[in-house]
Amino acid sequence: MTATTTIDEAARPKQRPGRAGFALSQKQVWGLLFTAPYIAVFLGFVVFPVGYAFWLARSPHLYVELADDPIFLRTVINTLVFLIVAINIKMVMALFLSGFFAHKRWWVKVLAVLFVLPWAVPSIPTILSIRFMLNPEWGVINTLIFRLTGDDGPNWLNDPALALSLSMVVHIWKSLPFWTLILLAGRLAIPHELYEAASVDGAGRWKAFRYITWPSISTLYVTCTLLSMIFTVGDFNSVYLLTGGGPADLTHVLATLGIRYLRLDQVGLAMASIVCALPLILPLVFFMMKRLSK
Amino acid sequence: MRGVSTEAALLLVGIPVLLWTLIPIYHMFLFAISPKDAAFSGQLWPTSPTFRNFEIVFGQKHHFLYNFWRQMFNSLVISIGTAVLTLMIASAAAFAISRLRMKGGRLVMNLALFTYFIPAAFLAVPMYKTMGMYGLLNSDWALVLAMVTVASPYAIWILRQASDKLPVELDEAALIDGASPFQLFRLIYIPLMVPSLIAVGTYALLLAWNEYLYAFLLLSRETAITLPVALGNFLSADDSPWELLMTAGFIYALPPAAIYYAFRKYMSSGLTAGAVKG
Repeated sequence: MTATTTIDEAARPKQRPGRAGFALSQKQVWGLLFTAPYIAVFLGFVVFPVGYAFWLARSPHLYVELADDPIFLRTVINTLVFLIVAINIKMVMALFLSGFFAHKRWWVKVLAVLFVLPWAVPSIPTILSIRFMLNPEWGVINTLIFRLTGDDGPNWLNDPALALSLSMVVHIWKSLPFWTLILLAGRLAIPHELYEAASVDGAGRWKAFRYITWPSISTLYVTCTLLSMIFTVGDFNSVYLLTGGGPADLTHVLATLGIRYLRLDQVGLAMASIVCALPLILPLVFFMMKRLSK
Repeated sequence: MRGVSTEAALLLVGIPVLLWTLIPIYHMFLFAISPKDAAFSGQLWPTSPTFRNFEIVFGQKHHFLYNFWRQMFNSLVISIGTAVLTLMIASAAAFAISRLRMKGGRLVMNLALFTYFIPAAFLAVPMYKTMGMYGLLNSDWALVLAMVTVASPYAIWILRQASDKLPVELDEAALIDGASPFQLFRLIYIPLMVPSLIAVGTYALLLAWNEYLYAFLLLSRETAITLPVALGNFLSADDSPWELLMTAGFIYALPPAAIYYAFRKYMSSGLTAGAVKG
């Protein structure tokens, strides 16, 4: 990346003399032509909808109504808990597993191939499969609990705290492979000589991690954590397909609440609830853009 | 001795990882090959495995599945449409930003990145209203365009990074030989970018095939919906045939898994390369 930029910079002035003016404007015309399709998509399906959303959410009384809705407050808390707990657990797991998958064994390679399945296949059948496993009457988990202990298992999805925790488990199950692969790529980019030198110096596994691995991938780890937070704010499936927001609308997150309002035909509230989430997301987004658009 | 303990430690991690990954998928498969009502017994393998569920699904022999093939076809058309359109839009934009170094290219890139960071579920509600205004609800185009909107920012970003790595001398040589930027794009840029284009195309294809939220908002007519929406509709009924739902879901999960494995090499090098940079 940096290497190519310097080459470009060095090559550019040579190109300039003589035909600079013509070449530049011609390039500009072609550049506009080539970006036009994306700009059209951006205007038609990002700028217009977002602008329209803000217009629908313009009335202050929507926010009063929202603040009076106990479900909204509960949703905000759920979203924060979801983001902080699920993502940190997931990223620590991904960091740990990326170390596991860095081992060169044939069966680790086979396992790495299988490990990606939750990420590659559609959410709906797999999340519904988990939902059926958790069914209190005939789900496989409670059947096993009954067989082993003689007691009835818990009514998993009928308890708000348990149901939200299980949504987090589903979220982790689904997106752990992706982040593990990213961190694995980061680990594999570390020169192997560093580890050899450390091992000659008698450093153990923990010291190698502490002084070589972590300093090399800590920036990547933070980037991934923040990116995952932004994406997880929009994770509709993990909650909706597992709990449907229930019981009694107590497990909604912001991603599902907007859709709930939409289905109740309260589009204004749906938009307002999204606008309320912006202070949470925009700082993250600007921070990430600074990092990624270098 | 140390070698043995390392192997043991690796197995101690590997076995739980294997179980964690496969149990929900295996559970789905178990439902699919079990006769009705026998799937709930908690056995590891059904006493009388059967393909009856597959026959019912393929033959559309249940009222939940009367349009199974039609909905599969919708999924196929929409994901191929999304992949093709995303590839065209994103490769052109990445070419302009990275190779033509157009003025404002940076701005376009930043707008795309910004779009990439809008949580999908937040854009969904305004997107639904907008598609309604455009009169596109219940048409394939609604979902294709929505998916292109979601997929192309990441696609542009990945393609731009890959094309920044191509030597600039190529373009200069071609321009000196009198090639127009369009010829440069078609004859030099696209062939060199094939590995990244495969990665991005696969990404867009899988994104559209697996999509549930946008599909269920934008499509509602029984013959217009994609299969995930049809599967979601099972949930709203009390007497849903779960074993058929799991069977259809299992069938639906096979193509993306196969496509992912077929293009795995491109996917992991193409898509992770972008993220690692940060």
